[in-house]
Amino acid sequence: MTAAVSIRGLQVARGGRDVLHGIDLDVEAGSVTGLLGPSGSGKTTLMRSVVGAQIVAGGSTKVLGLPAGTPELRARVGYQTQAPSVYADLTVGENLDYFAAILGVDRGGIEDAIHVVGLGEHATQLAGTLSGGELARLSLAAALLNRPELLVLDEPTVGLDPVLRRDLWETFHALADAGTTLLVSSHVMDEADRCDALVLLREGRVLAAGTPDDLRSRTGTSDLDAAFLALIDQAGATRS
Amino acid sequence: MSVRRTRATALRVLRQLRHDPRTVALLLLVPCVLQFLMYELFQDTPGVFQSLGVPLLGLFPFVAMFIVTSITMLRERVSGTLERLLTTPLGRGDLLVGYGIAFALVAAVQASLVSTLSFGLLGLESGHRPVAVVTLAIANAVLGMALGLFASAFARTEFQAVQFMPAFVLPQILLCGLIVPRDEMAEWLQALSALLPLTYAYDALARLASTEPLGARFWADVVVVVGVTALALALGAATLRRRTP
Repeated sequence: MTAAVSIRGLQVARGGRDVLHGIDLDVEAGSVTGLLGPSGSGKTTLMRSVVGAQIVAGGSTKVLGLPAGTPELRARVGYQTQAPSVYADLTVGENLDYFAAILGVDRGGIEDAIHVVGLGEHATQLAGTLSGGELARLSLAAALLNRPELLVLDEPTVGLDPVLRRDLWETFHALADAGTTLLVSSHVMDEADRCDALVLLREGRVLAAGTPDDLRSRTGTSDLDAAFLALIDQAGATRS
Repeated sequence: MSVRRTRATALRVLRQLRHDPRTVALLLLVPCVLQFLMYELFQDTPGVFQSLGVPLLGLFPFVAMFIVTSITMLRERVSGTLERLLTTPLGRGDLLVGYGIAFALVAAVQASLVSTLSFGLLGLESGHRPVAVVTLAIANAVLGMALGLFASAFARTEFQAVQFMPAFVLPQILLCGLIVPRDEMAEWLQALSALLPLTYAYDALARLASTEPLGARFWADVVVVVGVTALALALGAATLRRRTP
């Protein structure tokens, strides 16, 4: 496989505490890879390391063949933070205008991004008056604008209704089919089955990685929630 | 640095202000009201208004832009937009200069309004052309912006950022020579005031107000104001980290 992201021995310490303890991870190019794990497992820290926003203590993170945080990558990697990082005092259109100008995207690109996230009717609405789900979609649109080769999305579907969530996952796969690599985090297991590959993270360590079918057959379970639990038990047994 | 990204940032900041008409009204009208109060307060001793009017005109934008910038930049840090921007090709210089251009424009409007009121209606007189006073007011606004930006790096909450006004700005106003002439201050206060940038901004304004020729001291003041602005911007840029803990 061609790896869009290749991480070896990544260590991160935050506030005097080790948050990631030597992560090894490959994300296949053109795949939708899910990063799953409970809150506090290190998902956001790992994603911040991939986009080069995190001070790391050790290890290597290669993104599209370059060390994470290389200036050239800033135009090739899109990042949606967990909190909707858009300007509440600008309209939807003005927010995207600004991010588009930074990324060198024209009007057509803005229209496309608005269309993809389904915010067409809200273009002139102030971001501060959008619902939580709409705000998250605006934030996603800003990350999509320049059609980056790698999209790093931190809990993009949190708080969305089921129909919208399904639509977004279809969008993610459409983007992957067009060649984009997506690294998507979630703490809901029922989204895991929508990913091509999964990375289960727990307490700053990779618990398991593989396709959803892989993980089910490896643990002899029928659903991924049970697989996750079985993997935690296995890990506990080997450690003691 | 990129012209397109800098311009987009300036436009974005101005658009944010446009959606907040109350702030714009406060920014533009409060200095006019204060200047009018000064005029009324010293009706019986017109010499006082004549000597304070020009420096005040030039110092309002400094104070206003210090507060506005420190709060706006803090909001960028807290809301996550700064982290997002720093993962894009936007340069730190693009961001800072964009802010500078937007607030300099606001300061230009603010200073022009106060200047029109003071010179046109309140009979304020200056030994030099009002346009020079407005230009210096804009320079002071950019100085206030640069210091506000730097100060915002040390604030974790908006409460703290607001408290930086009395902490960073009020001592400078007290010691700049506006309230007590510098040569009448105790020696250690004089030494302290020589370290504060507003002292030079005030001195330049006072020289513009007088009918004396400007002289080398005026230009030295201007160099200090511009130099400290550049230094504060550079220090401010250093506080914008692409990688954070």
